[in-house]
Amino acid sequence: MTDKEKLIADIVDIVMEQLADRAVTAENADFSGDFGGQEELRDLTSRECRAVPLLDHPRDPEALKRMMGLTTARIGVGSAGARLKTRTLLTLRADHATARDAVMMDVDPEVLKALDLFTVQTLCRDKNQFLTRPDLGRRLSDEAAETVRDRCVTAPDVQLIVADGLSSTAVNANIADVLPMMTDGLRAAGVRVGTAFFVRFARVAVEDQIAELVGAKVVCIFVGERPGLGTAESMSAYLAYNARVGMAEARRTVVSNIHRDGITAVEAGAYLADLAVKLLEKKASGVELQKQGD
Amino acid sequence: MADILSVGIDIGTSTTQVVFSRLLLENTGGYFSVPRVSIVDKQILYKSRVHLTPLTGESRIDADRVRELVAAEYRKAGFSPGDTGSGAVIITGESARKDNSDAVLKSLSDFAGDFVVSAAGPDMESVIAGKGSGAYEYSIREHCRTANLDIGGGTTNVAVFDDGRVAAKGCLDIGGRLIRIAPDMTVTKASPAAVRAAADAGVDLYTGMTASRSVLERITGRMADVLTGFLDGRKSLLADALKTPGSSDFDPGGGIDAVCFSGGVADGVYHPKEDLFRFGDIGILLGRAVAASPLMRRYSVIEAGETIHATVVGAGTYTTTVSGSTITYTRDIFPLKNIPVLKLNGEEEAACFAGDCGTVEDKIRWFMGQNDAPLIITAMDGPRNPSYTQIRAAAGCLGAAMDRCFEAGLPLILVTERDIAKAVGQTMHRMLGGRRQVVAIDGVRAEDGDYVDMGRPVMDGMVIPVVVKTLIFG
Repeated sequence: MTDKEKLIADIVDIVMEQLADRAVTAENADFSGDFGGQEELRDLTSRECRAVPLLDHPRDPEALKRMMGLTTARIGVGSAGARLKTRTLLTLRADHATARDAVMMDVDPEVLKALDLFTVQTLCRDKNQFLTRPDLGRRLSDEAAETVRDRCVTAPDVQLIVADGLSSTAVNANIADVLPMMTDGLRAAGVRVGTAFFVRFARVAVEDQIAELVGAKVVCIFVGERPGLGTAESMSAYLAYNARVGMAEARRTVVSNIHRDGITAVEAGAYLADLAVKLLEKKASGVELQKQGD
Repeated sequence: MADILSVGIDIGTSTTQVVFSRLLLENTGGYFSVPRVSIVDKQILYKSRVHLTPLTGESRIDADRVRELVAAEYRKAGFSPGDTGSGAVIITGESARKDNSDAVLKSLSDFAGDFVVSAAGPDMESVIAGKGSGAYEYSIREHCRTANLDIGGGTTNVAVFDDGRVAAKGCLDIGGRLIRIAPDMTVTKASPAAVRAAADAGVDLYTGMTASRSVLERITGRMADVLTGFLDGRKSLLADALKTPGSSDFDPGGGIDAVCFSGGVADGVYHPKEDLFRFGDIGILLGRAVAASPLMRRYSVIEAGETIHATVVGAGTYTTTVSGSTITYTRDIFPLKNIPVLKLNGEEEAACFAGDCGTVEDKIRWFMGQNDAPLIITAMDGPRNPSYTQIRAAAGCLGAAMDRCFEAGLPLILVTERDIAKAVGQTMHRMLGGRRQVVAIDGVRAEDGDYVDMGRPVMDGMVIPVVVKTLIFG
């Protein structure tokens, strides 16, 4: 062995020795801290868990926290080499699971019962058909249409409809607050409010058929928004004046982002009541209404 | 897009200035969501020159001449009194006395437009100057703690902003015109604060004496030392003695990252001048002393956007905010001026949302008695995501409590920080059967003891301009 080879061998030995001290073994692994240890499993998707910065050695920890507070984007998560940290990956997968649940689950029947909403179904047989055939989600079955005709007040000023859309979770989270708030507001304004009900496997445009069926001046459908990885609880309201099947989408007035971190359900309800009254007054919705404002 | 023409008038111990600015409002909410109107830009349209404040005595403001001066500036700027939609007259420094403020307010009342307010007090001046200088914006942009030192004629107003929040404020009687010197170096004025600083520096100072550069430099040197220690949070006898009456105890707490200078002396800090006694005072020497002090090395020094105009720009452009865009007002009863604020604490707020009304009513009755005010604003933070049931409970409580406490015909006014005002306001109005007008706005933080002005609604009535005054002539 030359001197050079010996030197290299020595260096390798020393480095290996040092690395051995630092290796993670069953004895020195740190299971404590933000993961909640063994004794308690925390919900990674909770506000508290998300607020924990994962970036190692931030230069200004306070500033990092503040920046994280300004966005729901996954910043301040650090990395493990070129990849995501385990915790980031798990949170992503949990969020994805929440989103899938929101799409695949049904709206909680208790929520609908508490609001005294009856249920009808579109032409879709099941969830799978609902997801693959948007056209069927826009039409009520004959039986459903019959029920609506039977049970609803005819020719209301405003017809309210609740639909699952792509997030049942959003409906569960918001409808009990937004619907009565809006109804109260409309009644106080002297508006004749129709009989609200729930449509299963429904897309936005089903409101057009319903508006025609009951003869509503203004129709407003609450529908769960397609969930992303940010929130699965976001709901939208689509309003239209004198809605007709096949009308242009531009005739809809939309209020999106109704959820706890967007516009809250109660505030949205109060706003929507005023908005529906405006549609009635202006006899217009969507782009037409916008044009009148200019 | 809409805009508000805002006027700022700063009547200080030594100088008076007027600034006109335009606040641009825009709905940034987008087509598919609830509107969100905010002030998106602030343009300074006109800055007056720096006038010497007209005085009739040592510190008594000549209200008639102030009026002439302001009238002349309106003419020069090309505006008439009715044009301004918002703004502030602020009387600062030693001039901020009750008799002065009353006289000035009276003489300027027809310039007030619909919505010009007046406010003063060293703490508020510190904050306003720090906003006008750019220190506030810098602290937000850099997410850091930025101190602003507004070194004027009579006082140095200090405010520390931590990412846009006021972390500390204070004021010292240190300024460029505390000592005045005739061309032959005779001291023509030596204010008590300057005499105190001189004693600490071990030199004599009295009116009529002949001063030398070295004596004055020892005094301004001591003043700069006090400022350095002040920012460090160190206590000293001299700093205590120079603390401006009515100002807060300054506690920089979490430290300071950057400093910014404004006020009349600031130019002399950034660019130390020769021709030392050009202004017949110690302003230039004080600037040089601060420039040579450890302050400049200890913190990162940032350039001010406004120096001598900082306070007036702050008064004109930063005192007005706009309410949230989903609010309730059942009739246009604006402007409302100088309404005292009762801020409910967390427990009282929780009681309200749980439907326990007694606590709130007692509090309102007590507050109205204390303030001898027929009309008050009830303010609260508001819960993050309240339920329909909670909104009904709170609206029921607040509506009933205010209805019972107020004289007939007066409106009920609610100010919250979180976005709940439309829901609560609408429900409150309905529950009272429309028997009172209701104003409920959100997006505004008001504290106990504040006073609030509300202007005429703008942007198609979506938002209301609001000025929260933390102190008026205290």
